[in-house]
Amino acid sequence: MADKADIKAEAERLFAAFQDAGAAPVETALLQPAEVLLDLYGEDIRARAYVTSDGVLGEQMLRPDFTVPIVQAHMQDGAEPARYTYMGAVFRQQQAGTGRANEYMQVGYEVFDRTNPAEADAEVFALFDRTLSGRGLQASTGDIGILIAAVQGLETSPRRRAALLRHIWRPKRFRALLDRFAGRGPAPEGRAELVDALAGLDLGQIVQGAGPEIGLRSAHEVVARLDALRMDADVPAIPGAQIDAVLALLDIAEPVETAAETLNEVAAQLPSIKNAVTNFQARLDALKTHAVDLSWVTYEGAYGRTSMEYYDGFVFGFAQNGAAPVASGGRYDALTRVLGQGREIPAVGGVIRPAQLLEAGL
Amino acid sequence: MSVKLGVPSKGRLMEDTFAWFAKRGVTLARTGSDREYAGAVSGIDGVELVLLSAGEIPRELVAGRIDLGVTGTDLVREKIPLWDEKVEPLAEMGFGFADLILAVPRFWADVSSLDDLDAVAAAFRAEHGFRLRIATKYHRLVREHLQAAGVADYQLVDSQGATEGTIKNLTAEAIADITTTGATLEANHLKILSGEPILRSQATLFASKTSNMDQAVLTKLKAKLGL
Repeated sequence: MADKADIKAEAERLFAAFQDAGAAPVETALLQPAEVLLDLYGEDIRARAYVTSDGVLGEQMLRPDFTVPIVQAHMQDGAEPARYTYMGAVFRQQQAGTGRANEYMQVGYEVFDRTNPAEADAEVFALFDRTLSGRGLQASTGDIGILIAAVQGLETSPRRRAALLRHIWRPKRFRALLDRFAGRGPAPEGRAELVDALAGLDLGQIVQGAGPEIGLRSAHEVVARLDALRMDADVPAIPGAQIDAVLALLDIAEPVETAAETLNEVAAQLPSIKNAVTNFQARLDALKTHAVDLSWVTYEGAYGRTSMEYYDGFVFGFAQNGAAPVASGGRYDALTRVLGQGREIPAVGGVIRPAQLLEAGL
Repeated sequence: MSVKLGVPSKGRLMEDTFAWFAKRGVTLARTGSDREYAGAVSGIDGVELVLLSAGEIPRELVAGRIDLGVTGTDLVREKIPLWDEKVEPLAEMGFGFADLILAVPRFWADVSSLDDLDAVAAAFRAEHGFRLRIATKYHRLVREHLQAAGVADYQLVDSQGATEGTIKNLTAEAIADITTTGATLEANHLKILSGEPILRSQATLFASKTSNMDQAVLTKLKAKLGL
């Protein structure tokens, strides 16, 4: 583990570099209202963050990341476009036995700019690439936007598409649903019997007969879902070629420069990704104008799927051979929509972990 | 040096534990008045009885303040991260059976599996604007179970007792709790989700891996207990 003073000095250096790149330095509170973070990330964050309580303010969390408070601050009173940088500690409970730090420094750079997303993606990646050059790190990239577009184009019911979209960030569950909707995997236990039992009956009576209505979820909602299940039983399987195309997308792992061709091949089967692939190509072109050496950058179709679920476009990471990433980031347009209460702005950014950077050495 | 054996200090669990040891030739008894938590051991030398609240036994085992302890698997797994590195189960004792289960209102005719619960959680959040609430005191076990099953859009709300009543009281939409016969669930108009329970628990004799136990006494005790 690197010395704390060294980590601080390294963080200061990165913080200065990001300010030189045009970002305004910002501060955020260490204690964040837990409700917002829990609503955003779900129970998984409760297992990972430090939660404490305040008699007046309610549950508070020791800042598990900077993105949420930065977005909130920007949505409140940020001018456009905006570039921010920040430096400070974040806190994460680590699984016992991993030996990973539960308190560590992050230095970040975030761009809020609606003029040219591909250019903003390239700007962030190029800045990280310059800042981290010569450290022997491997850069990996991905694009959650392509996955989302792929799912949106599948020939199936809106309900099934929504179920898949919701689980893009849970690879195992996503695969199980995909197999099921393709007719390749088992239906949920008891589903066929239930749908058979509903045939020709009044759903309201079935619900009434099952038990007294208690709790906030109403009988009306139960009836609506029974109705949906009945209709779902008649939805045809997703064509095998489309399923194979989605799986092929997830399997891609190759130099980013040749990935465009592979993606175009997949797009022949899944025309819905064409726009997303065009965006990918635009980003690639923008990276070239930023003089990024792409020969050592890979594209991985599944990259970013297991991180916390707010990235919805370009994702990237810098790491040394399979170690924990030194830097990571991505685009999170949807997050600004959620936190903006009606307003939104395309946003992309990332963080460097100076402790990991020092360990990676020169 | 003696081996300290932690046993629940009252109720059915204490009586069943005493009977289990008695059957194997080790007599445990409370001494003094009914209210005094002191105990005596006969039938073997070097074992000391410590009477404790069942809920504290996992913690005492991890701290190494007791060498052996009788408690439910549910408490050990809920309260001790990486439990199998800290304690070792020596014997399942065949009583104190309880299943940790998920239950929902019986009138939810559309729900029988975790798969359904996940779909309902998504719809509930869209309809009501917040995550579907599951009341429980077994936060770790329930969270890990739901995470492994890929259930999203739920939140756990803490309930230390009368958990079955939370749905009617509008403080939760589903519950995760320990049940033996299911009678309380039935009386509260709830049904258990199909499939394996989150955990099948029973009273178990655990050995601490962190205490400095007198191995000679332990060997003798294990022989006596037929372990």
